[in-house]
Amino acid sequence: MSNRRNKLNWLNTYAVVYMVFLYAPVVLLPIFAFNSSTIIAFPLSGFTTEWFGVLWTTDALHSAVRNSLLVAVSAATISTVLGLFAARAVARYSFPLERGIMGLIMLPLVLPEIIIAVALLIVLIQLGLSLSLWTVVLGHVLICTPFSIAVLGSAFRGLDPSMEEASFDLGETRWGTFRRVTFPLVLPGVISSLLITFTISLDEFIIAFFLTGTDVTLPVYIWSQMRFPAKLPSIMALGTILLGLTVALLILAEIFRRRSATRRGLDASTTEGLV
Amino acid sequence: MRDTENPQARTIIALNAVTKSFGAVQALKGITANIREGEFFSLLGPSGCGKTTLLRMIAGFDEPTTGTIAIDGKPMAGIAANHRPTNMVFQSYAIFPHLSVADNVGYGLKKRRLPKAEYRREVEQALEMVDLGGYGPRAAHTLSGGQRQRVALARALIMKPKVVLLDEPLSALDKKLRDQMQLELRQLQRSVGITFILVTHDQEEALIMSDRIAVMFDGQIEQLATPEDLYRRPVNQRVASFIGVMNFLGAQVSGSDENQVSLDVQALGRIDIPRAGLPEGMKPEDIHRVGVRPEMMTILIDSATTAERIIEGEVVETSYYGDMTYYAVRLIGLEEPVTISMRNTAGRAVLRPGEIARVGFATDSIILFR
Repeated sequence: MSNRRNKLNWLNTYAVVYMVFLYAPVVLLPIFAFNSSTIIAFPLSGFTTEWFGVLWTTDALHSAVRNSLLVAVSAATISTVLGLFAARAVARYSFPLERGIMGLIMLPLVLPEIIIAVALLIVLIQLGLSLSLWTVVLGHVLICTPFSIAVLGSAFRGLDPSMEEASFDLGETRWGTFRRVTFPLVLPGVISSLLITFTISLDEFIIAFFLTGTDVTLPVYIWSQMRFPAKLPSIMALGTILLGLTVALLILAEIFRRRSATRRGLDASTTEGLV
Repeated sequence: MRDTENPQARTIIALNAVTKSFGAVQALKGITANIREGEFFSLLGPSGCGKTTLLRMIAGFDEPTTGTIAIDGKPMAGIAANHRPTNMVFQSYAIFPHLSVADNVGYGLKKRRLPKAEYRREVEQALEMVDLGGYGPRAAHTLSGGQRQRVALARALIMKPKVVLLDEPLSALDKKLRDQMQLELRQLQRSVGITFILVTHDQEEALIMSDRIAVMFDGQIEQLATPEDLYRRPVNQRVASFIGVMNFLGAQVSGSDENQVSLDVQALGRIDIPRAGLPEGMKPEDIHRVGVRPEMMTILIDSATTAERIIEGEVVETSYYGDMTYYAVRLIGLEEPVTISMRNTAGRAVLRPGEIARVGFATDSIILFR
């Protein structure tokens, strides 16, 4: 009996320590963002919103944000469209080498990004293409598509194949069936995929760093500012905003995924193999 | 006699030597049958017998490997499901969860671009037909299983198809609701007069609902007949044991002349069968077994009651069902116990295992098998 209690205590301690290790550094970000000193150290010297004000007037930052949004929206849209096709195909049809092909598509999930970045850089240069935001989009599509397929795959797997057959049987065409039945039913998955891929692209650094030309994305900009100690507090402020935004987007994505699960009568609390 | 029992009724679906192969597996091995206009037709068989495959080919979701399917005289080769005069009620019902009940029912009508008022009237009529009047504005995912089934039915009927296809439509419902829906479906079919083709593995369901039943095993139709014919005159042991319960007893021909055949039957003794009583195409020397239905044997309660033949046996097991009692009785001279069913009429005692029962039966109730 006491043995069991001991074991439970150890597990609790382990869990708490783990969570602190995981999230304490993240909590430091907003703390120092509102600290009036330029030196990032305890004790805190006072409350200020000055650093957020600095962000407001930094033009280079604004263009970095614009670049990042352009890249993230493009990458999210392209990878979600590609994911939609792939997920539908995998869920409905079986084709030769299905597992092998899917494995190759999903590979970037586990491949070190630095390898992808270097490999893409070499290929692009060999092809004689100049680096720009579009080459970053290309790289981001590569790493975002697997996530999109994972999210949409679960949406399609939950879709009863007789739904599409019923529509077809009732006189609807294949395109009409997609428009009136399939798409509305996987729509929450599509939105969830857009949000997740948008988030991934928005804060991706390595590929963006290697593949961009003169235009920098937000993470690359942040990295470049880290060299100047005076800029550090405003980077903290920027990080705080990004943190809030990312968490909000992921929560939104999860809400959509759960809504789609509820709509199909599944248990919404399961992650269906995702996350 | 009803129209549909008339063999002269018009053929609505003609299946001619239909086969279907999936790779090396032959799921259907040559199905030939004519389904008559306005009848309630069932495809009955164990899972994997090919009945659903056949239904899906009639619907147009699959094409036969060889053979032809004609609906209302028109060959269906190359015509996809959305252009066939058939509508399907799916096993899962496939109710569109993102639409209201009315939008589900009117889904197929939308393509026909009716005036708004007419569209609404049609949808409401279809809902009333399945007892769901006023349910139109509800969200489809709030419906119960039985209601989903009705919506699926209304959604098919509103298209005014020549044939409604039902793929195990009652299997997801609980027993009570299923019994009720069986009768309702039957009544609905009679009132609309549309041909219904039902796929089921439940023999009781098929017997209750159908005008005719095709019993399928291993991709072939073993027997196509009315429920009564199937039960009383099954063509072989497989059909006989799939439809209801059948006791099989070994039999040998001990003699025959032009008028009758004499059989020596296990436990039952010598039984004379008139020649005319032999099924078509069966010769006396073909007979190797006989079958007796549980209700064709009686357990005689007191020594005063009598029967054409009486044999003794020991009750091995008693299963009490309320209205009926099923006995497993080991007859003298027989290893395997036979099943005997008795109606629990007033004052009739239920025998316990171990008791000796006097079993009476009439010799004309036996069924001959090869």
